[in-house]
Amino acid sequence: MTANPSTGPAVEMRGITKRFGSVLANSGIDFKLDRQEIHALLGENGAGKTTLMRILFGLYQADEGEIFVRGESATIRSPKEAIARGIGMVSQHFALVPTLTVTENIILGTTSGLPLRMEQAHERVANAAKQFNMAVDPAARVQDLSVGQRQRVEILKALYRQAKVLILDEPTAVLIPQEVDLLFESLRKLRDNGLSVIFISHKLHEVMSITDHVTVLRGGAVAGAVQTSSTNPKELARMMVGHAAARARKSEATASPGQAALVIDRVNAEDNKGLPALKDISLTVKAGEILGLAGVSGNGQTELAEVLSGIRQVSSGRVTVNDRDVTNADPQALMAAGVGRIPEDSRANVIGQMSVAQNIVIEHIDDYSRNGLLDRKGITQHAREIISEYQIKTGLEDHIRTLSGGNLQKVVLARVLSGSPRVLIIAQPTRGLDVAATEYVRGKLLEQREEGAAILLISEDLDEILQLSDRIAVIYEGQIMDVVDAEKAEIDRLGLLMAGVVHE
Amino acid sequence: MDIAQTGLFLAGLIAATLRVATPLIYGTIGEVYTERAGVLNLGIEGIMFLGAFVGFAVAFHAEEAGFAAYLWIGLLGAIIAGLVMGLLMAFFSVTLGANQHVSGLGITLLCTSLSLFGFRMVFGERAVLPSIDPFTQISIFKNIPYLGQVLNQYLLTYLAFLVVVPLSWWLLFRTTFGLQILAVGENPEAVDAAGLNVSRIRYSVLGLGGALMAVGGAFLSLGQLGAFSPGIIAGRGWVCIALVIFARWHPLRAALGALLFGGVFALQLRLQTMGFDLPFELFLALPYLVTILALALAGRQIAYPGAYLKPYKRE
Amino acid sequence: MRIQIDRLPAPLWQRLLIPVVSIFLTFVITAGFVTAVDANPFEATYYFLLDPFSSRVKGIEILVKATPLLLTGASVAFAFAGGYWNIGAEGQLYMGAVAATAVGLQMHDASPWIAIPLIVLGGIAAGMGWAVIPALMKVRLKIDEVVTTLLLNSVAIFIVSALLNGPWRDPVSQWPQSPEIAAAAIFPRLIPRARLHLGFLIAIGVIILFWFVMKRTAFGVKMRAVGINREAARFSGIHVDRVMFTVALVSGGIAGLAGAGEVAGIHFHLIDAISPGYGYTGILIATLGSLNAIGIGLAAVFIGLIDTGAQTVSRVLGVPVFLGDVIQASLLLVTLGMLLLQNYRIMLKRKG
Repeated sequence: MTANPSTGPAVEMRGITKRFGSVLANSGIDFKLDRQEIHALLGENGAGKTTLMRILFGLYQADEGEIFVRGESATIRSPKEAIARGIGMVSQHFALVPTLTVTENIILGTTSGLPLRMEQAHERVANAAKQFNMAVDPAARVQDLSVGQRQRVEILKALYRQAKVLILDEPTAVLIPQEVDLLFESLRKLRDNGLSVIFISHKLHEVMSITDHVTVLRGGAVAGAVQTSSTNPKELARMMVGHAAARARKSEATASPGQAALVIDRVNAEDNKGLPALKDISLTVKAGEILGLAGVSGNGQTELAEVLSGIRQVSSGRVTVNDRDVTNADPQALMAAGVGRIPEDSRANVIGQMSVAQNIVIEHIDDYSRNGLLDRKGITQHAREIISEYQIKTGLEDHIRTLSGGNLQKVVLARVLSGSPRVLIIAQPTRGLDVAATEYVRGKLLEQREEGAAILLISEDLDEILQLSDRIAVIYEGQIMDVVDAEKAEIDRLGLLMAGVVHE
Repeated sequence: MDIAQTGLFLAGLIAATLRVATPLIYGTIGEVYTERAGVLNLGIEGIMFLGAFVGFAVAFHAEEAGFAAYLWIGLLGAIIAGLVMGLLMAFFSVTLGANQHVSGLGITLLCTSLSLFGFRMVFGERAVLPSIDPFTQISIFKNIPYLGQVLNQYLLTYLAFLVVVPLSWWLLFRTTFGLQILAVGENPEAVDAAGLNVSRIRYSVLGLGGALMAVGGAFLSLGQLGAFSPGIIAGRGWVCIALVIFARWHPLRAALGALLFGGVFALQLRLQTMGFDLPFELFLALPYLVTILALALAGRQIAYPGAYLKPYKRE
Repeated sequence: MRIQIDRLPAPLWQRLLIPVVSIFLTFVITAGFVTAVDANPFEATYYFLLDPFSSRVKGIEILVKATPLLLTGASVAFAFAGGYWNIGAEGQLYMGAVAATAVGLQMHDASPWIAIPLIVLGGIAAGMGWAVIPALMKVRLKIDEVVTTLLLNSVAIFIVSALLNGPWRDPVSQWPQSPEIAAAAIFPRLIPRARLHLGFLIAIGVIILFWFVMKRTAFGVKMRAVGINREAARFSGIHVDRVMFTVALVSGGIAGLAGAGEVAGIHFHLIDAISPGYGYTGILIATLGSLNAIGIGLAAVFIGLIDTGAQTVSRVLGVPVFLGDVIQASLLLVTLGMLLLQNYRIMLKRKG
């Protein structure tokens, strides 16, 4: 290539193809990042955004394609080589060592020679923080920092290594709106001072507000590349989804909620570190309604789902299901009380190296055995019925870990629904699923609502909450901020509640 | 006992404590390194055994060949053997990502059997165990009353307490390499993202740890005994595993733990020779029981390195 | 032609090939040690693998050697399959041997019908008892069982040594070995003029039971679930702690049974070296046998074969008897490496 190194774009990727086994994650992707711009990489979960960026950062190797950095052809085989070329990446899961200080985390890998001069290092980090306008205490231990602060450490870490290109993978997923504003402000300043930023996201309004260019990925290929100022959310959405999505909608028949089926009364619980995660939570879900629980990730949703799934103890409060006390009941007792549970991370909550059939019956394994001996005929028969009823593409004896995300979620859903639960605790039911599987799962949930189940839907996807819920509760730092009727819910107000702003 | 006798008894006890603690220091510090990097090396028992054997066998032949520094040549041999076995452990636990318990025990079995096989191969079956003139103790202080007895120690003992322990503290907590070790043991993703090579760090640490363990074993054959026997290590490697937890992965506390164990061991030996009829095995079992008790009391509060037992793979 | 490797569970034939290839590789690797002592590796391999079948006595000796290994292998495999890393089979075996000796010494007036069941139960109970401490620490205090079970091995060996140097020292010979147990408590021989004893049948029974529990019972499903994914098992309503505690105790009991078998079937009194590391070899057998009943059975017999062969090789070729141990250790490591291939499907594909 003859492009002039001094004038070439910050990054150019041409014809990038990457396969994982038989899955084509990236297929012939072209991507160009100009200097001093914020460029969105937009797409649904599984569209191939993260894969492409992990290739740019040297974490994966492309099967085909070329990369140019500032006009120079570049082979990037490891993060080390990426960093050497001025590329920095902040992943969703921060690559920080919690037990070390901010300074130690930032200088990790940048020092040579044996002795560490910590005083000087602190000073250098403090200077960098000042230069880039990122307030952090260099001597603080990372484990004591808030999520927003940790993100700042990550960005500072990249800048400290003289990054000229910064990749941010869904940086706002863990932030409250105020922190998002702060982040955007910093990014704009950094851009004006010469940085190029790749902003991975699936949130349209963020992309519209912060970026200069947008490249949309769909199913591992480029669906479009446009200037932000010349497009609109509708067009971007169309590129992202590919077709005017016939999204599942609440049935016209308005909900006719019945009795209160699930009552959560002033529940308190602690997280894994022993810190309060749920503070006096009270919620009621009636038969035949979906109560959506909205909130930014990490505000107690996981702990609440775990409490209601029987795998986390409450420190005080009461939970009843159809007037039956199930406070601190174990999973078996909850299931006996008619509670069905879909966990936040299905793949982590099945027995990967066991067959699909055994996974289907495992919650009721004692019902499928006599005097301790397995009723193998019964298990096979039941599993076969479920597989055909839910159209799951699998063999009975396949290890469940070999299933795709959609099929796996169907197994988990089927396993729960076959017990005809009266109360459903559902967490992030469509995270990571493709459009068809998402529609299928949402349809099933609405079907259950029709049949009179009381559903608590915990989701970080506000669109999903708005689409399915009859009422919406917002959780912030372990507290319920408010519960509103979905019909009357205003997105702005929900956003404020999610940010912990109480007054109107 | 009068005062002079008590003084002599105590001085002798302290001197013996330091001697008994020496191989444990090397082994425990070696294991502190590997566990700080996230790898439990259960090969320690075998690596110490191999160190004792290789150190002895090499020194024996170097002595026969007329080298004056045969003991140091032997020690070098042990270091190389320990290094190789540490790297083999790294191959299984880091490169292959195999289960660390099983790999470690496999290394122990391999080192033990190789040493026994090698000993029989090199020395055949002899009526009298082959032996060498071992390291002598530093006796420049011998005229100082009491203290002279305490300070009458092997150079390797001095090295253990005055160099290996403080140097390890410094290396772990005050250097670039130490920062990388701590980081790789807590969160290898962070190390990878920082452009460092996770495997290389773990390989170096396992090699270093293996070398230290082997020195611990060689101290016994080249220093204390001047010979090699199948019972030479007798579970000292497992004591080190216990001490690492007792020390909560800190080199200074590891030295303290080794001294405590050395003290108990030396005391029971002395009481035995003084004719007390004690079930001395119970004394020997003490460090194990104390560690288990300490574990039970500290329980969940023990903060294992974050990536303890976890192989690292991208994705 | 090219080789294609996919990250998918390997097909059965490939998994069956893993131990075979491992054994082959091990013999190739260890051939170096044989040549180092000026012996012919092919000859050595013959004496290791084939000669033991050449006579009735040697053939039976394989099974004698396999008897404790079947049990420790099953003990370790049961624990591992249930997600409990019991490294303590060695200590549990020792404690089983202690209890068996204690029972056996009291049975001078009893009939074998009483003495033998009692000695068996004594061994099991003591093995379980020794496993209780780390198991409780695991489920109650969440303390890693690897270190506790490992450390208790040393403690058990010290206890045996204290007993043999103290109350049980042989009053006649003054050797550190216990007096002989009552004749009624000695396991009957299965074949005249050979050392094969009742313990072998018991061990086979344990292996069959192992298979049955794992494949045919609800408990087997639960324990495998716990072994594969503890959190998911808990979410599915399995009482993880209860299952793990049971697994730990059963594992300890089986190891204790191995100790009882060595006392009542082979030695007839307690000695310091009642086990030359059978508990650790159990880890090799569990790994080599892929935690599966048939695999464990074959692996135990194979190691029995190596142990028998090692003695012949040593006698005939003058190779140190420890070569057998070197082969076993190498085999463990080679298998451990090869087992990773389980997760890959290797296929030969024609180009095009």
